[in-house]
Amino acid sequence: MSIIKAENVHYEYLSYDDDGKPAGTTTAVNGVSLDVEPGQFIGILGHNGSGKSTFAKHLNALLMPTEGTVWVEGSDTRDESRIWDIRQTAGMVFQNPDNQIIASVVEEDVGFGPENMGVPTEEIWERVDKALEVTGMTAYREHSPNRLSGGQKQRVAIAGVLAMKPKCIVLDEPTAMLDPAGRKEVLNALKALNKEEHITLIHITHYMNELTEADRIFVMDKGKIALFGTPREVFGQVEKMRELGMDVPQVTELAYELRKEGVDIREDILTADEMVEALCRSEQKM
Amino acid sequence: MIRDITIGQYYPADSLIHRLDPRTKIIGTLAYLVSLFIVNNWGYIVCTAYLAALILISKVPFKFMVKGLKALLVLLILTMAINMFLTPGRILFQWKFIHITEEGLESAGLMGLRLVYLILGASLLTLTTTPNKLTDGLERLLSPLKVFKVPVHEIAMMMSIALRFIPILLDETDKIMKAQSARGADFETGGIFKRIRAMVPLFVPLFVSAFRRANDLALAMEARCYHGGENRTQMKPLRYNRRDYIAYGIMAAALALVIVLRVILHW
Amino acid sequence: MPLRAENVSYTYSEGTAYEMKALNDASLEIKDGEFLGLIGHTGSGKSTLIQLFNGLIRPSSGRVLFNGEDIWANGYDRRKLRFHVGLVFQYPDHQLFETTVLKDVCFGPKNKGLSDEEAKEAAIQALKHVRVSESYFEKSPFDLSGGQKRRVAIAGVLAMEPEVLILDEPTAGLDPKGRDEILDTLNEMQDTRGISVVLVSHSMEDVAKYVDRLIVMNRGEIFCDGAPKEVFRQYKELEQIGLSAPQITYLMHELKNRGMNVDENAITVEEAKKSVLDALREKR
Repeated sequence: MSIIKAENVHYEYLSYDDDGKPAGTTTAVNGVSLDVEPGQFIGILGHNGSGKSTFAKHLNALLMPTEGTVWVEGSDTRDESRIWDIRQTAGMVFQNPDNQIIASVVEEDVGFGPENMGVPTEEIWERVDKALEVTGMTAYREHSPNRLSGGQKQRVAIAGVLAMKPKCIVLDEPTAMLDPAGRKEVLNALKALNKEEHITLIHITHYMNELTEADRIFVMDKGKIALFGTPREVFGQVEKMRELGMDVPQVTELAYELRKEGVDIREDILTADEMVEALCRSEQKM
Repeated sequence: MIRDITIGQYYPADSLIHRLDPRTKIIGTLAYLVSLFIVNNWGYIVCTAYLAALILISKVPFKFMVKGLKALLVLLILTMAINMFLTPGRILFQWKFIHITEEGLESAGLMGLRLVYLILGASLLTLTTTPNKLTDGLERLLSPLKVFKVPVHEIAMMMSIALRFIPILLDETDKIMKAQSARGADFETGGIFKRIRAMVPLFVPLFVSAFRRANDLALAMEARCYHGGENRTQMKPLRYNRRDYIAYGIMAAALALVIVLRVILHW
Repeated sequence: MPLRAENVSYTYSEGTAYEMKALNDASLEIKDGEFLGLIGHTGSGKSTLIQLFNGLIRPSSGRVLFNGEDIWANGYDRRKLRFHVGLVFQYPDHQLFETTVLKDVCFGPKNKGLSDEEAKEAAIQALKHVRVSESYFEKSPFDLSGGQKRRVAIAGVLAMEPEVLILDEPTAGLDPKGRDEILDTLNEMQDTRGISVVLVSHSMEDVAKYVDRLIVMNRGEIFCDGAPKEVFRQYKELEQIGLSAPQITYLMHELKNRGMNVDENAITVEEAKKSVLDALREKR
């Protein structure tokens, strides 16, 4: 069974003019369908305003589709009796690290979710210990979040979701406000979750280089999925990616430019090493 | 700078006082505050010894505590000045309509001391108790009010969130001030109206940001299954230990001593 | 030589448990009309340095000179300095406050003492330079997208007509398109206005494409200072302090190692393409 399934999801909201009267409807999500298998690492790319964050909030029942359906482990997100199970199954990490940490001590924040779920005290401690260990934050458990770096705060937020024992974590641009070091830190933590804990990840970002190891990438534009496939399939379409306002790795762009000049080279190159191999081979051929 | 205000900020350390139940500490602080207003003259020696012992046991560096006092210096000076100039009695010094009396000096000194002790004692509570524990303690102490439909859990949650966000908003104020100063904003000169007007470029971004944070936080809490106090368990439930009973004993003894000194011995 | 820091050091929260030395004896000169990149980790001292240049914080030791004058000398008007050395902070949300875009951009010029008419004129010019179209002038700055907010924030400082414009990570949080648009605008503006621009950034790829001179900071000190090509030539040293050169740099060095006759100093896709094509044709 797929862990998350979205079918033809639409989300519309009313916009208001200066006098507070409805001025019209805006369609933020316009017919998105996707299917996520347990254990996958899914990337969702898209420029600001492409609808990717709005879509993400549907996966945690924070928003309900105005049309179409979202199922989390078989439960329709509109089914109110299942809402707490859905939120526990599909945890969510947000963009701003400061605005999602509730407690003033790291370990107490990690325990917040389990407390809400009514987990017995002893088990909360076990879960918190484990979540801190997996995210590498054990040494900071008694610290105040205010003294942590951005990357560390995001790891605390991830630990907080992890303590709820989710099967899937939806990350809504968790790296957008971080520096490169923090970004790397968070990404490594995520990879560990996916590989070692077998947690399904849905990672939303506009940094394409965070998704080179994803199983599948969906690129969103104007509320729709404009492009999807493996990283190679997606990044290889340099022109289309540019149209969508996205970057591709520098070497992929170089391969594309060289092909245009008539050099015989693969278009789905992602790393410098692959490029070196490809160029040395084509040089020998000449 | 604003971020240097340390008053009330939790100071992590492993001490007996840190480990006490927050309820013990809240009641203890109240008892201490009451005794401060009971004592007179010689009683201050008891208070000094009591406070000094607590600070020593708490392992909070004295320097750290004193820094917190700085923020309240204005209040302190004001209170002392009012006492000094407005207390009638034997005049020591007079200049035009200003006069300083012997009684005024004495009461200013005592008032200053009382205020300093009050702040030090109260800040010892927040320095050794995490805001979350503090609110947990308050929630439990106030829980009888639930009978009167007082939303005790919600109030406690609001308080702990406020405490978490105060440092963040202070930091943000600092950043906004700098950003506006870089645009030539002037927060320091001019009359009172000019100064109030100068605050607009500071407060508008601050409020906008605070609202955005509140929105984000509500969403994040909902995503983590928060639905009020119902069926909620606690990671760190409050439980009285032997040390708490001992602490209550000491508090009672100290309070009794202060009362005896004042009421019976008239010291 | 408009702006110079001489042996400046700065320590945060001096004398407390959280004391931190942010800058250690750093010297730097910003020359007239140059496009300067400032790069380094969080905590490398770059944010501290730009605040020192703007007179927002006072160096613990050392001097900051503008046109040869010490900005912390007695009687020096630091508020005036800020009209000459403009500083745009990272988050536009920290400065936008007015009801309309145009009014917001007028804030700086008015503080400078310009009349309403003059301020409006300066604001319109600045908004045009950062490519904010007239249809936005009467909108609320809070209704804009992230990229547009940045532009308005930059215009807010630009309208004071500074000779030096310092920007703290103006592209943080923007998507690739928004980022390219802002950087292109800055580049163009630097040309047309002839002012010096200091760009604080985390992205090697960005600075490689735009700046004339690149300064890398590490642990409160200036790690290296030179043209981007010269700086990236030391890509191994950069790695040791946890930074990395653009992907192209690695590619070109590896190709060179494999015996291909390419220019290993190429740092942009454009340069790499030319160099690789030349090398391939040469073989033929």
